[in-house]
Formats: sequence, structure tokens, C-alpha cells
Amino acid sequence: MVARWGTAGHSPGVPSLCTAGRAVRRIVATLAILLGLAAPAAAQGGVQGEAIRALATTNFDELARAVERLALSGEPNALGIVEALRDGTLLFRQADRAVFWRDAQGRMRDAATGEVAEGVAPAALRPLRVNNRVRRAIDATIGALSLSNPDPRVRLAAAERVFRSRDPDAIPALDAQLARETEARVRHAMEAARAAAVLGSAMADDAKLAAVALIARRGDLEARNLLAGLAGVSEAVAQAAAAGVAAIDRRQAMLRIVQDIYYGISLGSVLLLAAIGLAVTFGTMGVINMAHGEMVMLGAYTTFVVQEAMRRNAPWLLDWSLAFAVPLAFLVSALAGALVERLIIRFLYGRPLETLLATFGLSLVLQQAVRTIFGPNNREVGNPSWMSGAFELGGVLVTWNRLWIIVFSMIVLFGLMLVLRRTAFGLAMRAVTQNRRMAGSMGIRTPWVDCMTFALGSGVAGLAGVALSQIDNVSPNLGQSYIIDSFMVVVFGGVGNLWGTLVAAMTLGIVNKLLEPIAGAVLGKIVVLLLLVLFIQRKPRGLFPLKGRAVES
Amino acid sequence: MTTQQGDTLLYLDGVTVTFDGFRALNTLSLVLTAGEMRAVIGPNGAGKTTMMDVITGRTRPDAGKAIFGDGHDLTRLDEPAIAALGIGRKFQKPTVFETQTVEDNVLLALEGDRRARRAFRFASTLPERERIDQILETVHLSNHRERLAGGLSHGQKQWLEIGMLLAQDPELLLVDEPVAGMTDAETEETSQLLVEINRSHSILVVEHDIAFVRALGVKVTCLHEGSVLAEGSIDHVSANPRVIEVYLGR
Amino acid sequence: MRTALFSDRLVVAVAIIVALVTFAIGIGNLAFPPGSVLHVPTYVVSLSGKYLCYALLALGIDLVWGYGGILSLGHGVFFGLGGYAMGMHLMRLIGPRGVYGHAVLPDFMVFLNWKELPWYWYGFDSFAFAMLMAMLVPGLLAFGFGFLAFRARVSGVYLSIITQALTFATMLAFFRNDMGFGGNNGLTDFRELLGFSLRTDEMRVGLLWASGVAVLLGLAVCRLMVASRFGKVLLAVRDAEARVRFLGYRPESYKLVALVVSAVMAGIAGALYVPQVGIINPSEFAPMNSIEAVIWVAVGGRGTLAGAVVGAVAVNLLKTFFTTRLPEIWLFALGGLFILVTLLIPRGIVGGIVTAERRRAVGAAPIAGPA
Repeated sequence: MVARWGTAGHSPGVPSLCTAGRAVRRIVATLAILLGLAAPAAAQGGVQGEAIRALATTNFDELARAVERLALSGEPNALGIVEALRDGTLLFRQADRAVFWRDAQGRMRDAATGEVAEGVAPAALRPLRVNNRVRRAIDATIGALSLSNPDPRVRLAAAERVFRSRDPDAIPALDAQLARETEARVRHAMEAARAAAVLGSAMADDAKLAAVALIARRGDLEARNLLAGLAGVSEAVAQAAAAGVAAIDRRQAMLRIVQDIYYGISLGSVLLLAAIGLAVTFGTMGVINMAHGEMVMLGAYTTFVVQEAMRRNAPWLLDWSLAFAVPLAFLVSALAGALVERLIIRFLYGRPLETLLATFGLSLVLQQAVRTIFGPNNREVGNPSWMSGAFELGGVLVTWNRLWIIVFSMIVLFGLMLVLRRTAFGLAMRAVTQNRRMAGSMGIRTPWVDCMTFALGSGVAGLAGVALSQIDNVSPNLGQSYIIDSFMVVVFGGVGNLWGTLVAAMTLGIVNKLLEPIAGAVLGKIVVLLLLVLFIQRKPRGLFPLKGRAVES
Repeated sequence: MTTQQGDTLLYLDGVTVTFDGFRALNTLSLVLTAGEMRAVIGPNGAGKTTMMDVITGRTRPDAGKAIFGDGHDLTRLDEPAIAALGIGRKFQKPTVFETQTVEDNVLLALEGDRRARRAFRFASTLPERERIDQILETVHLSNHRERLAGGLSHGQKQWLEIGMLLAQDPELLLVDEPVAGMTDAETEETSQLLVEINRSHSILVVEHDIAFVRALGVKVTCLHEGSVLAEGSIDHVSANPRVIEVYLGR
Repeated sequence: MRTALFSDRLVVAVAIIVALVTFAIGIGNLAFPPGSVLHVPTYVVSLSGKYLCYALLALGIDLVWGYGGILSLGHGVFFGLGGYAMGMHLMRLIGPRGVYGHAVLPDFMVFLNWKELPWYWYGFDSFAFAMLMAMLVPGLLAFGFGFLAFRARVSGVYLSIITQALTFATMLAFFRNDMGFGGNNGLTDFRELLGFSLRTDEMRVGLLWASGVAVLLGLAVCRLMVASRFGKVLLAVRDAEARVRFLGYRPESYKLVALVVSAVMAGIAGALYVPQVGIINPSEFAPMNSIEAVIWVAVGGRGTLAGAVVGAVAVNLLKTFFTTRLPEIWLFALGGLFILVTLLIPRGIVGGIVTAERRRAVGAAPIAGPA
């Protein structure tokens, strides 16, 4: 039975006459039988049922009663008819009390079948008018009819409407539908709606207390508003409502924290991506690369170029441009890194402060070069469809692009760990880091390892650029805005330890986001920077320091 | 300086230092009396340098006591405070101030008020200059006083550092491999110099060169894996089978 | 002491040149009418005054970097704070002549609908108080920061990065309107100082000469510091900090004194800078500015004092030339300068001269130690 309802094939929203198909008609008929109502044989072939014809009256009381009767009649198009009445598009012919409905094109349609009624003279028709009494009857009827609609989304919306209106008249319809409702989500909504309606009714206190408890469990802002705005109830109910409000507030505060933590993890993963390449160059080579941010920028511009090239030459691949951008960005930045190492850095090993200055100069040159080539303005890099949009998870809004970046940062982190731990190159790199001379005398080509290490760190920065292009403006200043944060992450985490980098990035991201609602975005950032400065006073070598002799040399 | 000849000057008891699970010092105990010269030998990684780091406040031990003179707890003091107590140190790798003259190197080491606010003085005083003359004479660097220390030969740097130790005039000198990289003649002269210095100072000297240690003719402590393996005269220690096994070789 | 002051011939030479040129520019502007061959246009006066302020900032950086081995990438914070102290004084002097005509409140506060002066603006109507703050605030910040950092033995690149974060955080803070320092726009529209309009040639020459005197005093103070026993210890700290500790010195207190003196010099430089350029805003705290100041010192030659002055003036002459004639090229030129100087002349212009001289004289080792 339920399955059949599910296959009714409705479009979302309240169905109109046009969409009320044959299946619906059958289902509603079945429903009417189930309800134990005497369903008059549905008028086939244009002969309208009595329930519809009863609408053809100018007496408002009669009309209101007719609307209420129509709801129980099992008339397949009842909902559409009532809606048309509400919208003022329902007309009747005095002569035979036939009821018609005017569609958007102005054609007359038979109210019962929805088929265009040929040869009906508009002059012979009179519109049906409503007053407040009729309008109430219409609303109640629409609510009740929607509650029993085959489309669960419609039922859900109807339940939400009752929840807001707190209309006690909806209680019987809700009870009837609750007895059969099997869709859990809809059921929850209906229970809450019923409780709200109970609170709006003149029912006894114990029923209301149960209702308050049920609404408090719902726990969202609407529930809070309902409970907070409760008036004209007994002391006991008011108290229960106040307790409910407090409980909801606690829950909402928790949710906000969870949401902030998610934002924090998302920011942390961005920081991680930006810092992880730095952790390689700074952490294992001791090279301060102030142009690291520009390697990130190169990655972002590579993404831009790839996307533009595809837009022009292969638009059908546009959704997959990132798949091409990722390896390309890595290569471009890695190549730039290798060049920089050969041309500048290798002459400055052992002179960290001078490396810092030279690479800073390099960052200026790279920025200006990109500005000259691509212009000073922000470049638009689009999100592919699978990275757009958001979904809700237990009250927390999760955006797809942020989620993908978290996943991507983890892939990059673990990929890098794998390279460092499981490959021959990683082994050579660690050997050179620990004892350059010994590694050299064992036949490792240390200059080559240096160059490749630097290229690796820069390439990872390029990967970060791909990710950043999805959430940030691609501009020549892109790298600059991340460089201080990235250094903070590496210094905070402890040099030469990727786990430390992970923990530091996540901690900084989360603390930043948790502070933001309290202190504001800018002040939060300042506070984080100052906390970090203080932290470094306490633990100058970061969270996970290396110990022993290696440190001293 | 209140310690008398024969009193305990340095007292290490149960000193343990761990780096990432590796025990650099393992319940090391060592007693040095005032006026004594002690030679410390042992294979690489035996903990010789770590021991000096503990004594000079560079490394804090995880456990154990380190007492200097009449009750100063070295584990609670930092390097400058320990230096001010009267412990001087010469590093394994000669560390002089390369961009300053030989004279200024010694001048910086001369004892006196070390506080920054007392440092706004220009010319050196006559007693200071005389003392510098005397020290440079002792370490054979009189002809090099205007040279930058960075331009000295390896051996000369070693001697300059010893000169700086003399200028500092500490009660206890820690000397780490003073003759590494020296010619035989220089080694001979250094051992004479140490004996000379020992007349008025206590010395703890770490050295690999067994001939040098033998020439010093003092009590020897052999360290192994962070604790004392043997202690006594050089003949006694070098006859110890464990010492032969782990250090001297057969 | 006299020998200490005058024994460095390059420092003396630079001091004499600064004195002569500064004096000549002032006289050329005031004594000769426009149109005369010897007339110096007013914009040159202001530009020279600006260069001298940069030179003073560079001297401060050289003291801590060249002699103490502390590479501060955040000296702009001291410069900017000194500038803000002066800016606050100048704002107070505008009085009721602002756009909104409020008797006490500066325009931006009226605009923000503030009703009264924040407490930290009290006293800035007094010139003496403002000048005291221009030195005290940077000095205290340097003391607090240095005390914590040096005691924890934060050094090398770690320290550099933290100083950069410090100036970055300050910039973010000053961008906020509710800080009460004019937010984004900073402080501007100044009118007078010490009773004289800022727009007269006499005032501009006066400020130029004041800046010249400040540079000469800065040179003297730095020279005395580095020639004394203090300077020898500081140099030793730069080259072998651990060794200095084992000699019984506390490197942190030496570094702290040097940093505080340096910060005060930067503060004075900022205070002299603001009336000459007519504005102070949070962009003075941008990390980029601080790093640019470091490159002046690197170009001139660190650890020489004379080099700081030479470098600041030379690089800024270059900057003025490029940004007016070839603005596109300026960042390429500046970036290239960073790279080439560190790769090819690590001792800078003056450092190179010193080394050559010394080599001639003694035939001995390098003067500049490890960075």
C-alpha cells in the first residue's frame, strides 16, 4: 500500500488539478473506503458528484458546509477544487449547478475531471465568492486533504503548516493520518503538529504537558518560538514550556558549537593544505620559503587556466576539469620549486635568514609576474556540480565543496606520509635530513634529494592552490594571505612532524572558528595570533618537538 | 668560594637523562673533590657530553642530584647562573667569537659584572689589560691579540678558548677534548698547561687520547651507556676487562 | 668615549654627509626663490625628510639584526605606533576646525557617533606627552615582547615569524573602527604642529632638519652602544649565543636592551614621518613594509650602521624613481634586489667596503658573522 503511494509520481509542491492523475484518483478512492466513508460512486464521464454540485451556492454558510463535506466526500479532485475556490478561480453555472475551474490560460475546465469543458459560455457562469467563515473551512480542508496526500513531501509540508498555525481543528485529521503514517519523518512532524494543535486547543493540562514535552524534543527554533510564545495556559504548562525552552536553547547552543567545529575543521583542512608543503621544505630542509604562498597561487592559476581551456575546447569535460588540474598544478608548482632551488636556495643553505629574504624577493617577483600576465583582478574558478550545494546532517549544514576539501586534504596528507615513509625517495630524504654528510658518503646524491624535496613541497603547495581556488578568490595576492597562517601551523605543530602539522592546523582552525562568534572574525584572529605567540614562549619547539642531539646541531 | 682543598666540590648522584626513550645518562654518580683533576673517558655515546650539559645547566636531568660546592643545586639553575657560581666550560668544537679580536674574546671572558646595565663601558681598565697580557702570554697568543679570532688556526682556537677559561677564573673547569686535532707538541704543551691550571683550579677533562690522559697522571672515570663503568688510576681502569671490551678494544 | 664615537670612519663620513645634505636642502628651499638655479623644490624637502625617517628606522633594525642577530620582520609595528602617537597629537590640534566642527572629537569619532573622547586619547593634546608616548609605547611593547620571547629562547627564523605575526595582528586590530584610531582611513587632515601650519615651507624644512638631527643622534647612540662592552657582548651573542651563556652572561637581557632601544628609535622615526607625509593608517603595519625595511639594511650592509642609512636612502631613491616612472617594474626590481643582494653581496654596499679595507689592512677573516 505504502509502496504504491510512493510511486504515485507527484511533482513537489501542492498538486493542482492538472497533475491529479488517475492513480491518485484510485488511491483516494481506496482511502475513502478505508476511512469507512460512504463513497458515492465517482462520477465518471463529466457527470459531477453531489459533493461538488453542493458548492454551487451564494450562501456563505452553505458554501462552508459544502467545503467541509467535500473534504470527506472522497472526491478525487477535492484538493484542487478547494484551492481553486481559495484562489477565486472557481465558477458555477446557475442553471445545472455545474462547477467549473478557470485555468491559467483562461479556459474553462470541468471541476471533477479537470478536462477542458468545450462550449461553455463564460457569460453563464458566476464566480464563487468566499467570506472569512468559508476561508477557515477552506484552510482546514486543504490542511486535512494535504495531510492525507499520497506524496510524503506534501504531507510533511502540511504537518509543518499545522505546527505553525496550531489549529485545533486539524487534530482529528492528524489523528486519522497518524494511525496510518509509516514514513518516519512525516510521522515525527505530524506528532509535533498534533502537539502544537493540542497547545492551541482547550484540552486538559495533562494532554498539554505531554505536548510540551514532545515539542521540546523537536528542539529547533520553531519549537522554541512556539513554547516561548505560549499564552493563556495553566501554571504547570507554562513551567514545563519554560523548561522546554531552556532545553532547546542548550541543544541549539550545542548545535552551534558542532557547526562551528565543522567550520573549524574545514578551515583547518585549508590551513593544513597550505602548510603541509611548508612542513616539508621548512620541516625537513630548514628552508624558510617565503614564496611558498606563491607556489599555492601558481596552483590556483593553473586550475584557472585548465578550466578556461576546457570551457573553450571541451565543455563536456568541464565538470572534471579538477581531475586534470590536480596533477597539472602539482607539476607546475613542483617545476617552479625545482627551478627556485637550483637557482637561488642552494646557494643559501645554512643561512636561514638570508633564505627568508631572498625567497621573499622571489614572492614579489612571482606576484608581479602573475599580475602582469593575468591582470590584477580576481579570476573566477567555478565549482563543478558535484562540489556545489549543501546538505543538512543532524541540524548541521554541510557544504559539498568544504567537505571535498577536507577529504582532499586528508588524501594529500596521507599520500605525502606514504611517499616519505614507503618510497626510496622518502628514505633518501629522511637520511639527508638526519645526517647530510653520512647520507652523501653512502652514495645518496644529496643535491638531487634537496632539489626533489623542494619540488615536492612546492608541488603540494600547488595542490593546495587547486583546493583554494574552489573557496577563495584567485588573485595575485592569494598566497600572501595564507603564508603567515601556514608558518604559524608549522611552528605550532613542531618542525619535521606531519602529525604535528595536522593537529596544529585543526586546532588553529577550530579555535579560530569557536572564537569568532565570541570575539568577531578579526579580533578572533588577533586572539589566535597572540595565543600562538604566547604558546611559542612556553614551547619554542612546537607541540611535537624533536629531542636529543639532532636538535642542537 | 668557600670550598677547601679536599672538600667535595661536585656531587652527582643517580643522574638520569632520557632523549626519546634513549637513556643518555643512566643513574650516573660521580664525586669530585676540590683541587682535583679528573679525566673522563668512554666510547662515543657513553654520555660524556651529556654529563657536562647537566653540570652546566644546558640539560635538565629527569632524575638525580647535581650539587656544586656548598649545596648549590645545579638542576635548578640555568647556564649563566651556574657560570656565575664558578663553573667554566670549553666545548669539544672550539667555540670562540670569530668576528671579534683575540683580545676582545679574552676581555669578554674576564670575570666581572655580567649585567647588561653595567656593560656601557668603553676602554678596559689597567688591571684588565694586565690580566689579558698575562693570559695571552700563557696561551701563546700574545702576537695575535689584534687578529680576529675567526682567522686563527684550529689549535690556536683551542688555546684561545682555554685562555678564555683562565680569564673567567672558575673554580671548576670542564674541558671537552682539549687536544682533538692538535699536533703532538701542542698536545704535550696542553697537558702541561692543564697541570699548571690545576694548581689553582679543579678540572674535569673529557678526552679520547689515552696517551694524553696517561700523561696527566690523574684519577680516571670510564663511562659506558650513561653510567660509570670503572674508576681509578689509568692503569687500574685500562686493566679492567669490561673497559677493554667496550672501549679500549683488544 | 670620544674615540668610541668617532673611531668608525664610515659612520662619521655618513653622518657628515647627512648633516651637510640636509642643511643644504633646507637652505636651498628657503633662501633661494623658486626659479633660482639653487632653489630646491618643496617636494624634495618632504621626500628627503621621509628618507631620513626611513634611515632612522633602518638604524634601529641594524642594531638588533646586524649586531644582535635578531631579524625582526615586524619593526613596522614600532614605527607605526610612534606614528600613531604623533598622529593623535595632530588630530587633537585640529580642534574645532574639522569637517564636523566638534570642539574636541576628531571627525571620525563624530562620524561614528561617539559622544566623548576615549580615555587613551587623553593627554595627546600635549606635544610633550605625545612625544613621550611615541617612544614609550613602542618601547614597552618591545620590552614585553622581547622579555617573553628571549626568555623562552625563541630565536632565528621562529622569532622572525612571530615578529611578523605581531605586526600583522596589530594591522588587523587597527583596521577596526571600534579601536578608536580611525580604522581603515587612519588619521589625516592634519593642520598644525607647535603652533605652525604644516603646509608652510618653513615647517617642512624644520621637520627635515629635525629628522636629520634625529638620524645623527641615532647614529651616535648606536655607535656608542656597539663600541662599548655592551656591543661586544651583543656581537658575541649574535655569533655564539650558547657560548655567551657559559661565560655567565644573560643574552636575553642584552638582546632586550638592544630591542627596546631599537623600538624607541623606530617610534621616533614614525613620529617624525607622520607630519611630513600627512597621514598614518593601518597599512603602515603591513608585514610587507617591515620586510622592505629589512632589505634596506641588507642592501646597505648590516652590522655597519653606516650601511643602514645608505641602504634606506638608496633603495628609496630607487623606489621613488620606479614608482613614478615605471610602476609596473617596481615589484620586479624590489624582488630582484632581495634576491641579488642576498646571493651576490650578502654584506651589502658598506659591508663590502669594510671587508675590502680590512683585507687590505690585516689580511684577515670576514667581518659579518652568520645571519
